Amino acid sequence: MDLHLMTGAYALHALPDEEREVFERHLAGCETCAQETAELSATAARLGLAVAVAPAAALREQVLRRITTVRQQSPTAPVTARAGRTVPRGRLLSRWALAACLAAAAALGGSTVWQHQRAQDALDRASRAERAADDIAAVLAAPDARTRAGALGDGATGSVVVSRSRDKAVFVVTGMARPPGGKVYQLWFDDDGTMRSAGLMDPARTDQTVLMRGAVDGASGMGVTVEPAGGSRRPTSAPLALMDLPA
Amino acid sequence: MKEAVYIGRNPSPDSDLQELVGRVALGDEKAFASVYDMVVSPVLGVVRAVLRDQAQSEEVAQEVLVEVWRTAPRYRADRGTAINWILTLAHRRAVDRVRSVEAAAARDHKAALLDRTPEYDEVTEQVEARLEREQVRRCMRTLTEIQRQAVTLAYYRGLTYRQVADALTVPLGTVKTRLRDGLIRLRDCLGVTA
Repeated sequence: MDLHLMTGAYALHALPDEEREVFERHLAGCETCAQETAELSATAARLGLAVAVAPAAALREQVLRRITTVRQQSPTAPVTARAGRTVPRGRLLSRWALAACLAAAAALGGSTVWQHQRAQDALDRASRAERAADDIAAVLAAPDARTRAGALGDGATGSVVVSRSRDKAVFVVTGMARPPGGKVYQLWFDDDGTMRSAGLMDPARTDQTVLMRGAVDGASGMGVTVEPAGGSRRPTSAPLALMDLPA
Repeated sequence: MKEAVYIGRNPSPDSDLQELVGRVALGDEKAFASVYDMVVSPVLGVVRAVLRDQAQSEEVAQEVLVEVWRTAPRYRADRGTAINWILTLAHRRAVDRVRSVEAAAARDHKAALLDRTPEYDEVTEQVEARLEREQVRRCMRTLTEIQRQAVTLAYYRGLTYRQVADALTVPLGTVKTRLRDGLIRLRDCLGVTA
């Protein structure tokens, strides 16, 4: 799947949530895509201008009355991932990241320095997608975060971090080979042998930190499979990896 | 064939709106009232194109306008013009609503979908809006049939590209490239820069 071709569908809000998230992660590191996406979004807005209709007069009064009771956001913190992170958010994230790394290192025991660096790298990259990063940080920094690491074959390694209190899991992977053309890696929760989709990974990246989609719930394990672009409802190939979730 | 069309383009000069949004960001309610007057018609138009239902459209348009007030302090001009920001927000909210409501049965009907063309002919009193409509209609004609249908279903009906693929019976990959190619052609024809 060539992510660059998704600019049009993205600008038209025509991507399903999962694919939008994958594309946004890609967008954060792709200058050309960001430029094209901005232009195509502006083009889409022109389609909107062309269908302007006059509103009922009462709407004006309602809106103007409502805003008097709505508090405005503070001007800091960014609203979109496009321009990358801002300084205050960056600082905040690295503090989260540090806490998370310490938690991860403590849980894993040995090779802490390497582990720290690996998690730090992964988190730095993840921080480009602000919203996702916030959610990821919340899991990694949860007091009850537990980690399990495993080998994924071909030199790739993965760790899954679970916070039972938040009912969320994060998958951190390094050195993963790119999926074959037209394929993606899909994550799954293992509910006693039944696989439940937990979202897609960015096929363009070999190292990444992904918030697994959906609640951990009663899942006892997780898996990764190779699926056709866009993902599948059920796994269609043997898993590359199956890992038990930390208790 | 690319045909560039440059006529007076927006319902209001962009710079005025930019400046007003800057004042809204500081909590200026009067400036917000002016912003409202400048953008309410296109905001409602976008939302109504997607939702079809008048009452729901006004409700969502109202949410969008309140969100413009709420988030104005975080609007950044270097990421796009104010009108783009507002209309992108309007389209996003309309699409979210339509997908959450998911009137699946009717929407799966290919014939029904293709039958519903956008209301370019809607009468508004604004001359600028009429010019805008003329330009878009003209540029839409420069698209191939499948590009035009795909862009229309995605933007004006709020369909995902998968639903567009189903409606037009074309492969997913084809829809993605047609959406992109179609928008690029519109961009060039309308002379859009960002």
